Amino acid sequence: MAAKYKIGMAGIFHDERQVVKAAAKVRESGYTKFDAISPYPIHGMEEACGINRSWIPWVTFFAGITGCFLAWLMQWWISVVSWPLNIGGKPFHSFPAFVPIMFELTVLIGSLASVAALFYACGIPKVNPPVIDPALTSHKFAIFIPSDDTGYDEKRVEDLFRQLGAAEVKRTEF
Amino acid sequence: MMQRNPLVLGNKNLADVSDDICAPLETFPGKGWVGLFLSAKMLLIFYIITLAIVVSTGMGLLGVNHPNAWGTMIVTFVFWIGIGHAGTLISAILFLFRQKWRTSVARTAEAMTVFAVMTARLFPLLHTGRPWLDYWLFPYPNQRGPLWVNFRSPLLWDVFAVSTYATVSIVYWYIGLVPDFATIRDRAKNKLRHMIYGALSLGWRGTAKNWSHYEMLYLILAGLSTPLVLSVHTIVSFDFAVSNVPGWHTTIFPPYFVAGAIFSGFGMVVTLMTLVRIGFPEFKNYITLDHMEVMNKIIMTTGMMVGYAYASEFFVAWYSGNIYERAQFIDRALGDYSWAYWCMISCNVLIPQLFWSKKIRRSIPAMFTISICVNIGMWFERFVITDISLHHDFIPAVWRNYAWSGYDIGILCGSFGMFLTLFLLYLRLFPAISIAELKPVLNVGYEGKDGGHH
Repeated sequence: MAAKYKIGMAGIFHDERQVVKAAAKVRESGYTKFDAISPYPIHGMEEACGINRSWIPWVTFFAGITGCFLAWLMQWWISVVSWPLNIGGKPFHSFPAFVPIMFELTVLIGSLASVAALFYACGIPKVNPPVIDPALTSHKFAIFIPSDDTGYDEKRVEDLFRQLGAAEVKRTEF
Repeated sequence: MMQRNPLVLGNKNLADVSDDICAPLETFPGKGWVGLFLSAKMLLIFYIITLAIVVSTGMGLLGVNHPNAWGTMIVTFVFWIGIGHAGTLISAILFLFRQKWRTSVARTAEAMTVFAVMTARLFPLLHTGRPWLDYWLFPYPNQRGPLWVNFRSPLLWDVFAVSTYATVSIVYWYIGLVPDFATIRDRAKNKLRHMIYGALSLGWRGTAKNWSHYEMLYLILAGLSTPLVLSVHTIVSFDFAVSNVPGWHTTIFPPYFVAGAIFSGFGMVVTLMTLVRIGFPEFKNYITLDHMEVMNKIIMTTGMMVGYAYASEFFVAWYSGNIYERAQFIDRALGDYSWAYWCMISCNVLIPQLFWSKKIRRSIPAMFTISICVNIGMWFERFVITDISLHHDFIPAVWRNYAWSGYDIGILCGSFGMFLTLFLLYLRLFPAISIAELKPVLNVGYEGKDGGHH
């Protein structure tokens, strides 16, 4: 998958609380396309960056309903239309017996669709994406402001990062 | 306020966590691991040969005969699938209950689930006797006239339940691994390692937006896995309960099977975790005695639930007034297989009572021994349910014992070779503790000392 990467400025932080505060400040300064990068999900980061609640549950909900309905439809069609077989005098459309498979397919299709939604939302899989700093998946944090953001100016961004306590500021691709 | 015990000992910082957990992946294995791996692999090869002989010759090599149509294959299938349940319980149900201690053990417990389910699902496939026709188990359009599977059969529900469980467990486990693969990728010193873990990490970057979606998905998968895991063993128990064999035809089976599954699974988690702690001494700071103690408490609790189920079965056999049911339970306690029954009772109900003592709950050799007893007892529970019930059904003329053969033993022992080979490889190739999940709980128990985390 050929993804497009942007040039911009990245500020690297060594402390979790610092980066959350910094993200809030960057947002207040009027930047909208910035990203905060961390090795683990940080409590309060979504509020600081102004990220809306994920829409993945909607995918799960509708995929789950589809799975449930398809399972019922398949069992009904096979047992009533295609191959009506009298088993112990039970009705062809023996609904209670169809419930376990309806449940299983709800879960199966619901969860696989949710994972597909995550792949779409995060743009993965990506081949060899640029890495700002290898420690960002271990013990450092970063904020990246792309060059196409409103009011982007390298000098201004660098000053902002320095002022917020960034240990390192660099021009990079992300 | 009560001070919590730290979840991670040794006052680790973020970089220490990455270093410690990645260490087994980045160093050469020691003699202990190589020794265990070679033995497990020998057992696996022995298993493959045994299965090849059984498949090419036929199921008659096993002890299955009339009326014992279900034997070692089914007993061991239920045993392994039950073991898998504790992994999902730790990773999904305890996640929903916000039990932070689960973090250190969740990854390895999930790995155990995946490998146990892989080991388990071979058995019903081979038990069909003609495994090359196993695709008939799935409903698909075919040219044999309109010929379909029977949706009213619990055995078919099992096909769907176990396939779904295997798929969702693997996906859940893998999604949890993605950020950790990215950590390993970024630490990689050589190209090949960078390439392999880079591919496994799917190019994960850990932006705040990604984490937001990721956490939501993780919650959803936990929410979906929770009813799923309960449904799987419920449906496995339907395989028995929906038939009318005395000893099988009871409504207590679904909760009884689920409690037993969690019990046996925690037994296996404790067995494996004590070994991991010995093999990787640095992990003692992450998988602490507090963790082991909590799991021992769960073993004791579920052990008593299982004990209650045993008692209730006996009571109902008497109270129902059904002569076949009564004869079945008298046979269990006093008949030809009473040794298996009492082995089950002592391993599952009596021995776990030792965990009332705090000293035993926190003693590694004691919990290792007891967990092995639990494993043995739970295998016998499935043997008791399957074969004691079958060998002594309605008409005395057909009563017959299970004809144990060397192949039965070979298959039972060999399946451990498959499980352990996969598990030992996992310990060296994947991060055995979730790095990204552990870091947010690093400060638990240290709040008073450095100002707190949240």
